[in-house]
Amino acid sequence: MLNKSYLKEVFQSSMLKDVMQPNIMFVQCHLLSGEVFILYCVTIISKNYSNIIETLNFKRATHYNGPYTVLQSVRQFQQPIQAQKAGLDGKQVGKETLPPPFTVSILSDGPRSQRSLSSLRSLSDCGNNMASSFSRILSSKRNVGILSLVGAGSLTVGLLLNREQHVSAGAPVRRVYPASAEYPDLRKHNNCMASHLTPAVYAKLCDKATPNGYTLDQAIQTGVDNPGHPFIKTVGMVAGDEESYEVFADIFDPVIVERHNGYDPRTMKHPTDLDASKIRSGQFDEKYVLSSRVRTGRSIRGLSLPPACTRAERREVERVVVNALGGLQGDLSGKYYSLTDMSEKDQQQLIDDHFLFDKPVSPLLTCAGMARDWPDARGIWHNNEKTFLVWINEEDHTRVISMEKGGNMKRVFERFCRGLQEVERLIQEKGWEFMWNENLGYILTCPSNLGTGLRAGVHINLPRLSKDARFAKILDNLRLQKRGTGGVDTAAVGSTFDISNLDRLGQSEVHLVQTLIDGVNFLIECEKRLEKGQDIKIPAPISQFK
Amino acid sequence: MNTRLDATMPFGNTHNKLKMNYTAEQEYPDLSQHNNHMAKVLTPEMYANLRDKETPSGFTVDDVIQTGVDNPGHPFIMTVGCVAGDEETYEVFKELLDPVIEDRHGGYKPSDKHKTDLNAENLQGGDDLDPNYVLSSRVRTGRSIRGFCLPPHCSRGERRAIENLSIEGLSSLDGDLKGKYYALKNMTEEEQQQLIDDHFLFDKPVSPLLLASGMARDWPDGRGIWHNDNKTFLVWVNEEDHLRVISMQKGGNMREVFNRFCTGLTKIEGLFKEKGHEFMWNEHLGYVLTCPSNLGTGLRAGVHVKLPNVSKNEKFGEILKKLRLQKRGTGGVDTAAVGGVFDISNADRLGFSEVELVQMVVDGVNLLIEMEKRLEGGQSIDDLMPEQK
Repeated sequence: MLNKSYLKEVFQSSMLKDVMQPNIMFVQCHLLSGEVFILYCVTIISKNYSNIIETLNFKRATHYNGPYTVLQSVRQFQQPIQAQKAGLDGKQVGKETLPPPFTVSILSDGPRSQRSLSSLRSLSDCGNNMASSFSRILSSKRNVGILSLVGAGSLTVGLLLNREQHVSAGAPVRRVYPASAEYPDLRKHNNCMASHLTPAVYAKLCDKATPNGYTLDQAIQTGVDNPGHPFIKTVGMVAGDEESYEVFADIFDPVIVERHNGYDPRTMKHPTDLDASKIRSGQFDEKYVLSSRVRTGRSIRGLSLPPACTRAERREVERVVVNALGGLQGDLSGKYYSLTDMSEKDQQQLIDDHFLFDKPVSPLLTCAGMARDWPDARGIWHNNEKTFLVWINEEDHTRVISMEKGGNMKRVFERFCRGLQEVERLIQEKGWEFMWNENLGYILTCPSNLGTGLRAGVHINLPRLSKDARFAKILDNLRLQKRGTGGVDTAAVGSTFDISNLDRLGQSEVHLVQTLIDGVNFLIECEKRLEKGQDIKIPAPISQFK
Repeated sequence: MNTRLDATMPFGNTHNKLKMNYTAEQEYPDLSQHNNHMAKVLTPEMYANLRDKETPSGFTVDDVIQTGVDNPGHPFIMTVGCVAGDEETYEVFKELLDPVIEDRHGGYKPSDKHKTDLNAENLQGGDDLDPNYVLSSRVRTGRSIRGFCLPPHCSRGERRAIENLSIEGLSSLDGDLKGKYYALKNMTEEEQQQLIDDHFLFDKPVSPLLLASGMARDWPDGRGIWHNDNKTFLVWVNEEDHLRVISMQKGGNMREVFNRFCTGLTKIEGLFKEKGHEFMWNEHLGYVLTCPSNLGTGLRAGVHVKLPNVSKNEKFGEILKKLRLQKRGTGGVDTAAVGGVFDISNADRLGFSEVELVQMVVDGVNLLIEMEKRLEGGQSIDDLMPEQK
């Protein structure tokens, strides 16, 4: 029977004695009965005391739906924690109030316990014995080893937080030079990172690392190496894992605010909505619209992102995703083409279909480390009808694309949502999930793709409108963006444009696609009016955040 | 607070602790398409033995091999596929680097000793390579400052410290070696154009061999070029190595070039020692540099020479091999020759002294020119064929 005194024994017998800082530990316990408990244990050690002072509490999780539910339950501990101080003789001498625990990283049993294990291991203040006993438990296959150790239930890993307002559970970073000697020279730089990385922010963050060991210098390397373009402001930093956005929030947050036109992740919530039935008028006039496409990205929680992942992690991403995609059926059923063992014939076909992606050459990507070990564990999956496509381990764990010729955006989006939700269901069956949180939405490598990560667009012919002086302003007010049909770095050829949504974060998928649809319909109306010699009006600017 | 030695380093591009969560087999790179020295040597067992090790500054085996994993091969040369992040890399990862070194440096064994000889007096001749054929002569090497991490691994702070030390040391040079430092990031337009015209300016590396190892991070911070007023002695700071030292001039007086090279190097070493710094050197590997191919002397002595006839001879490759020489295009290692003009230099770096290597170039080029003259006159060169050196 799992009770407080038993757990107290477990904690005391572990090496929490060696912990030198106030800590809050969350442990998720899975009982044979299927119940899940979240325990948190506060330990305060100070050099003046030789005892461990603990306050043990636990809370029953509402129902187990993977680690995401655990996170939500844990977040409910928003009140300050009362902890007791004991003197050398063990008698209580006072109380101390610790601030409420900050958000924790996800941890659970199953495949991701490997990552939680690294959190334990990387903690310099956590006793070696605790980490090693957990490692013995977890390196054996899941529950069997655990049960044999504790008898009544399975005890999985924990995560130590320290008292500061960051998840800085990684080991302290050893520096030989002070922050001022390491601060990058950003005088010639014009990217979002350079605009916000002051020496003070750098000094505050340069000693920190995520639980996986990802550091600030790694996150900003691409922005240091690529000063930017005078006309286009690049982001200049990437995340190496989900925790990067927390540990380095002092730089990520202002970058996100700037890049996403005022969306503040510290105070705002991002809505997710993949219900394609809500879309209205999603069929475009095919006299103008040549093709329709929606793309986004998804990351697998518990595995590092492309800038930081090890070869084994990348292969694991490939395995998990390809496995899930193998379960797709009907119009979504398809096939995977690994880049490492692609036949000449397959390669040519994929090139002809415009599906094949190359090793990145853009220094924005290569300097971030995303192209390491190419083409190991990279590949392309598509359905037999060639209308649903997934890239694996390119710039993100996955990029998901739904597309077809013509103007049926509603169908494209419907397939998009259906495919995404199916894939999500299939990975959840195996105990995995996507990286997501309520402030940042879907977590991807580049901060510019947070939220929905969604770009919905059309290739459209607008011979008259595109020559009108008001074109740019109209697009701006409709919150649309134009590109050449070769992609982000190309110019338009003739009068065919790629028109897509400008925003990514702060509005839901449905909202963004509806905005795109309404906008494109408006553009088509303008083009028709100009054809008839009628005048057009610039629409009122639509509001950005609902 | 307990600061463990195996704390993550801020400037590495891999983090070892995370990898240990996976088995060696899961992490072992796919080298099936690869043809470089590293790929030939790194077995799964060796990888498993080495992967939990780190040098004191935190360099790991994955850091060593990243460039070799990312670059399966090169069209003209067999690449090494590994780099060192610090002096200790060669010790900690001996199991991998000793066989790579042996393979690359013609059978050089872990027990062999390398001889250093920078006494230019010991060179025989070399002052009169025929200027009708030899357009220019050049000797280059590299030096690393002990106690600092190498370019693949150094932080910005370290790189800047290396730059400062170099500027300090070089500013004390006088006589015909007196010169000036041009930091890449502060260069004016005029200075930049002048350095380009002099063929001194080095660019941010574009070769994926270098980029994949992390040497180009933070470009151009901490990088620069120093040269003497006569423009015959040049030092690159923080390009592929801490220092690359180059002596060069037009024409065929290799002796003078080598003389200045030795004098300059010895002076620079003395200036660094005055400030309490020495170069990375040991009696087995000689001078320690970033790429294992540059160990020993790190010396490449070469000429740009016109050999339109000899180069078309079917035995050209064999001749060069026997003379222990190597050909390149005049644009450097990644180029092909244009118009019959070749860059001919010593193929070896380790196991021979500086004097010995320059001697090979002098003697070898003299022979090639003789052959060229014979072929020009329609005569045979069979009696000139050399023995294997």
